[in-house]
Amino acid sequence: MLMKRLEGIEFSVLSPEQIRKMAAIEIKTPDTYDKDGFPMEGGLMDPHMGVINPSLRCKTCGQKMKQCPGHFGSLELIRPVIHAKFSHKLEELLHGTCRECGRIALKDEQIAEMKTQIARLTKEEAIKLIVKKTKTKRKCPHCEAERKEVLLDKPTNFFIDKDRLYPSQIREWVEKIPEKDLELFGYDLARVRPEWFVMTALQVPPITIRPSITLESGIKSEDDLTHKLVDIIRINLRLKDNIDAGAPQLIIEDLWDLLQYHVTTYYDNNTAGVPPAKHRSGRPLRTLAQRLKGKKGRFRYNLTGKRVNYAARSTIIPDPFLSINEVGVPEGIANTLTVPEFVTEWNLEEMKKLIKKGGENVVYVTKPNGLRKKISDLNRKEVVEELEIGSKVERTLQNGDIVLFNRQPSLHRVSMLAHNVKIVPGKALRLNPMVCKPYNADFDGDEMNLHVPQTQEGQTEARELMFVQNQILSPRHGEPIIVGQEDDMTGLFLLTMDQTEFTKEEAMHVLYNMGVTELPEADRGKNYSGRLLFSQALPKGLNAEYTNNTARVLRQADIPKDGNESLYKHALVKIEDGNVLSGIVDSTPKLVETIVRNYSTEILERYYYSMAHVVHELMTMKGVTIGVEEFNPVASIEAEREKAIAEEIKEGTELAEKYASGKLEPIPGRSVDESFESMMVRLGGKVRGKVQARLAEQKLRHLYENPRPTLDSALLMVSGGRGSMLNFSYMSGVFGQISVRSGRPKKGFSERLIALNERNDLGPEAGGFVRSNFYRGMNPKEYFMHSMGGRQGEVDTGVATKVSGYLYRRLANSLKDLHVANDETVRTASKDIVQFRYGEDGIFPARTTGGALANFKEEIRKLKKGKAK
Amino acid sequence: MLKALSEHHLVPQHELLKKDEAKNLLAQFGLDVDKLPRISLEDPMCTELKAGIGDVIRIVRRSPVAGDTIYYRRVV
Repeated sequence: MLMKRLEGIEFSVLSPEQIRKMAAIEIKTPDTYDKDGFPMEGGLMDPHMGVINPSLRCKTCGQKMKQCPGHFGSLELIRPVIHAKFSHKLEELLHGTCRECGRIALKDEQIAEMKTQIARLTKEEAIKLIVKKTKTKRKCPHCEAERKEVLLDKPTNFFIDKDRLYPSQIREWVEKIPEKDLELFGYDLARVRPEWFVMTALQVPPITIRPSITLESGIKSEDDLTHKLVDIIRINLRLKDNIDAGAPQLIIEDLWDLLQYHVTTYYDNNTAGVPPAKHRSGRPLRTLAQRLKGKKGRFRYNLTGKRVNYAARSTIIPDPFLSINEVGVPEGIANTLTVPEFVTEWNLEEMKKLIKKGGENVVYVTKPNGLRKKISDLNRKEVVEELEIGSKVERTLQNGDIVLFNRQPSLHRVSMLAHNVKIVPGKALRLNPMVCKPYNADFDGDEMNLHVPQTQEGQTEARELMFVQNQILSPRHGEPIIVGQEDDMTGLFLLTMDQTEFTKEEAMHVLYNMGVTELPEADRGKNYSGRLLFSQALPKGLNAEYTNNTARVLRQADIPKDGNESLYKHALVKIEDGNVLSGIVDSTPKLVETIVRNYSTEILERYYYSMAHVVHELMTMKGVTIGVEEFNPVASIEAEREKAIAEEIKEGTELAEKYASGKLEPIPGRSVDESFESMMVRLGGKVRGKVQARLAEQKLRHLYENPRPTLDSALLMVSGGRGSMLNFSYMSGVFGQISVRSGRPKKGFSERLIALNERNDLGPEAGGFVRSNFYRGMNPKEYFMHSMGGRQGEVDTGVATKVSGYLYRRLANSLKDLHVANDETVRTASKDIVQFRYGEDGIFPARTTGGALANFKEEIRKLKKGKAK
Repeated sequence: MLKALSEHHLVPQHELLKKDEAKNLLAQFGLDVDKLPRISLEDPMCTELKAGIGDVIRIVRRSPVAGDTIYYRRVV
């Protein structure tokens, strides 16, 4: 490949000679097309300036529409006009120089002296300095001529001592300025001369930049730029005629001003002090500056804001019966998006059938010779007959097509994944709720985008690299990110509980929903345990051992782990050869991880299928529901609660007294005040923890030891499906200490937090300890304190998301070019080394087990087992 | 300074590479010197090692995840 490095871009001003040299043709008439609709020779639509008709060839380069880049034309202005964007540059020169001799109005010694000063200044500052020193000089030190004050009436009218200074006079003036003086003004004369700011020739842009549009009615409509150019040429001609006819000076000046107006608005129709030129309809014209400027301008709209074809966007809704790698595409979208398919000898008949079928199946057919036809009922038969190998058929989406699915903000690689299309009714895009996590999506109105890869390469790349099932393991920590959520966890828990048992009929029903067709041998007399049925969904030969969510709740319940405690046996899941031996399976990622690492993605997909279906069926069968009464704590816990609160109040009050009397021992490294506050907060937390533990134990025992447990919030919480022990504590335990800015609420009135407190009360309840819970309700004081904590939480989430979002963006942007090179070094885009080994240890978490190169325990176990055989 | 900087427990082990060692290293990674991470000539460790511009310093760090890891920096 030929590569050239761009050294730089230089912006400058075109001289009239350059304008004439660049021009493919000189434009002489303001007309566009003749009465037969052909472009006029020497007119604004002269085909020398490029072609916009696909069948015509350019008269300058001989190329067709797509190849010809367009060519400039030129226009000779009868009288020079000032380029409004440069009038301030002219003003500077006129202020600084003499009209007679063109010299800067300073003595040579002064100029030499100033040169040393200027060397240290920027161009703008230098000019300012010259103008300041010369503007008021009423006499030229070089030719002794009198100098008069020059005034610029923005944007283009110059006056000298109240007399008009015409552009031609200005041009003569600045032509006189000698080179050495212009250099002081910062001009590089090889590139720019100030007299070019007064234009004698105008560039006429190529037709490709201002194409005419043929409306449906057959009427040609011209571009705004063409309209403006017509105005300029028309006035230019009228001015010429009047001058030739020897019209009075007044009329000539009026026309000259009009020409100036048109040229000014041609460049920028929003020039200050100039009324914008209007279209016949009264709409202001969009001239050159308007095309580039602002939100809808070329830069922000077309260059920075790229848009794509073959994409769709809609609200998303969940559909647990889709596979994780499917996306539900509504018919409306599927029938609009197309994907190209090449006709081969293997799919020729299939394609013919598809076209014949009618409807919206096929939109375009491109023959090998490049001829593209839109299919309609009129030409359908004909196209089918003509269809040959090598043709390209653009058909609408079908089930099984691969598409990219994306949700903004696209913060990491799993924000955009490849899915198979599944056409569904309705208007919303659907996805399996398990893939919400990588996208960070929910269904409160989120919208997502869908893109259809248009080439074989694109489709293959999407399938190999971006398919959902290839992205289950997170590259961050090597654990699965696409796992069962909420209902899946609760449902699996319900299925694998000790108490869950099914009759033969029920078991067959459950297995049918899982997609299992073989009934295993009954393991509980005539009945089937839930664990046995669940095992049927697991791949044969699967071995795993891990702790589930119950283990976490057990920790919170503060139940000692001794041999007699039967609860602990539920926390450890043991799976051998695809059979759950013990423990309760909730959707701990560990199980999924074991499957992903050891089996094909199809097997995982099948597992997810079984899980989604059985969970849904089982929860419907058994009925999981919650009611208020379950949050009414039982008498034994209520007693415990009262005791704990009494202790807290007592201990807290003692602490407060100690603090008030100055006898409090501070915590090392903290002041007495800090120590007191910290101790009070900790005390509040301790009390809640105590009650919380008792609540947790009660829920656990009920769920595990009751032969027919109620399927309520306890099930949700213990299984990890929804809610935490903390939520329980808030509802039926003790709310505990309210915290604002990681401490007790402070700052209020003098000597007390709120008016409900006694003065100087430092005790627990005055400082935001809430003894009530949501079930009993709070008293006004507690309620107010709770609101303070609530407000803090609300503010924090707002600030935290904003700040961390931007922080993450900056980090991601700074790291986005880093890559692992073939020698395992991490390098930047310019191949600088950042790490000599990826992650210092060369380990990629998603391809290792828990950071280790292999699961040695499991491998050894397998070896031993093999030996035994 | 009361104590050599290199003796501080938070400063990893720095070592100045000999010219031929540095050359071998670059050959091993197929590198130009300017692709190596940099260290300022004014860095206190450079002063202590009496390193000059263009020298390569080997640093052995104790990484929490990977044990001893070797890093190279070029003096600029």
